[in-house]
Amino acid sequence: MEAIAAPPLGARRLRRLAAAYGQELVVLGALVVLMVGVGLYNPRFLSDTSLTSVFSGNAYIAVAAIGMSMVIITGNIDVSVGALIGVLGTIAGTLAVNGAPTWVSWGTPLLVGMAVNAVIGLLVAYARIPAIVVTLGMLSILRGGLISATGGKWISGLPSAFRLAQERFFGVPSGVFIAAILTVIAALWMRYSSTGRAIYAVGGNAEAARAAGVRTQGMLVLVFALHGFFAGIAAVLFATQLQVIQSTVPPNLEMSIITASVIGGVSILGGTGTVIGSTLAALLFSAIASALIFVNISAYWLRAVLGLLILGTVLADMARRRRKGRIQ
Amino acid sequence: MSVAGSAEGRPAAGRRLSPRSLLRHESVLLVLVVITLAMLAHQSDRFFTTDNLLNQGRLMAEVGFASLTMTFVIITGGIDLSVGSILGLGAIMLGVFWKNVGLPLPVAMVLAVAVGGVCGLVNGLIITRFRVPPLIATLATLSLYRGLAEGISESRSVRGYPEWFFRLGQGDVFGVPTQVWILVLAAIFGALVLSRTTFGRATYALGANETAARFSGVAVDRTKLLIYTASGLAASLASVIFVSRVSTTRSDMGTGLELDAITAVVLGGTSIFGGRGTIAGTVLGLVLIQALRNGLALSGVKGDGTIMVIGAVLILAILVSNMLGRDGDG
Repeated sequence: MEAIAAPPLGARRLRRLAAAYGQELVVLGALVVLMVGVGLYNPRFLSDTSLTSVFSGNAYIAVAAIGMSMVIITGNIDVSVGALIGVLGTIAGTLAVNGAPTWVSWGTPLLVGMAVNAVIGLLVAYARIPAIVVTLGMLSILRGGLISATGGKWISGLPSAFRLAQERFFGVPSGVFIAAILTVIAALWMRYSSTGRAIYAVGGNAEAARAAGVRTQGMLVLVFALHGFFAGIAAVLFATQLQVIQSTVPPNLEMSIITASVIGGVSILGGTGTVIGSTLAALLFSAIASALIFVNISAYWLRAVLGLLILGTVLADMARRRRKGRIQ
Repeated sequence: MSVAGSAEGRPAAGRRLSPRSLLRHESVLLVLVVITLAMLAHQSDRFFTTDNLLNQGRLMAEVGFASLTMTFVIITGGIDLSVGSILGLGAIMLGVFWKNVGLPLPVAMVLAVAVGGVCGLVNGLIITRFRVPPLIATLATLSLYRGLAEGISESRSVRGYPEWFFRLGQGDVFGVPTQVWILVLAAIFGALVLSRTTFGRATYALGANETAARFSGVAVDRTKLLIYTASGLAASLASVIFVSRVSTTRSDMGTGLELDAITAVVLGGTSIFGGRGTIAGTVLGLVLIQALRNGLALSGVKGDGTIMVIGAVLILAILVSNMLGRDGDG
């Protein structure tokens, strides 16, 4: 088995670096290399307008990936978040169109998201149904409910005060600003607060965490509810990007969010990873997507390129993990 | 996948109880299927007609093939999220081999199915050689294979297949849709392999406890490789039938198929933790889903409403089955 994983020479140094500084650095490095490389090839890529659109377009994925990372760190998964974002965005839009105050239109999705995902958390923690099964079911329920409720119609005529994602805070697009702030807060909270540490403990070894006095079941419900909260923020950002709200979200949105978490270094086995990595990975995706246009690669190949990237990252991660295991 | 402790505890409990608890889940499911069918027949005159039932069989076939192999995959404790994308890639390659390369259609069909096998083999290699968890490995290839389908086809569809080709997806043999015959044969074959062969026993063994299976001399990696390859083959076989049924190829074919297949398998009583499950259960799960979908549509519920019901049924079925299972544990 070992012989097959023997890495090329250059990858070795990179891996030692990655072992020391973690996956975050690898993603950041990839991002910088990509920006510089494409910028040299086509300087227009680095212009103000295109950089802004690169980073604000995917801000909602970065926000949703924060919650997803927490869920994955506990050793669970959520495949229903894409549908949830669609539902919450529609709720926000419907409220706004019907004249609700802006803070109500923005706040309700957060509460509904928390409530829906708390139910998922209860089913996972107390009914002991695997998260993949619960969220598969929830995916059908939310997706079906969304299309039944809207009939596939778009919501238009949104009041201008509602359009959060089109505003700028301190000259930065609001989506980027919010994603950055939330990432920093979440990262600090997970690293330094006892509740944050408990999330890692549950994912690393649930039995040990229980023995150490962590209420593992309560933690799971909390983590899913938080994930719903972030999904609510993501939904508001998503819904306010355009002048209309479509009743559909991008296909496989949940996969994009999970992928951002995993590429950012969150181990699907639970217990490790940070939200800084997942946010960087979401940035990397959007940078790749727009870079393809600037180097004249057909957009049809975008998904294949992303797929290769994911595969490469995962293989590198496994190789690094095995190497680490051998040293210990 | 939930709390690590329960993930490890469960397969053992399932195996200890296995004959009785299997029967129990399947009988619960069978009762559920019968009640559903009776209710649906009562709701609508059009439900229990031969034409309708045969047509439902036709619609069930593509998910059916993927579910049969998905049963094996999940029994090993794995998962294959890439089957929908393999279906899409298989369909595109069928069109490419036939129209662009100019091969005879039968050869193109065989090659398209082979492409699916290669995709599945790649999944298996990533999982066995690099020890990547199946969820992540197939999540990555889900994007990769769908991306290849999109890139190769550039979203152009291929049409104009010869008349004989449509017999596979639209024709009948002895009054029963062609693909239903194939699905029934495949289901019987799958059930025999799983319950009567050493390969089937190896599948259960490595799902219940992979380390123990390895030390007992089970060829763990080879078994997994074969199962993931078969999963790819089943998906691409489904793609050929899909193309024949709808007379065209598109790169977005089969989107979400993996979720339908997993739903059928899990509804059918296969434990997502591995080590437990049967083909008969999967077939019951398939029938229940298709009956619900069709019956609700006939009684006036819109297509999207039926998806909601299926989601709720999935969660409830596992909830009830878990509760019964725990009573049995004592």
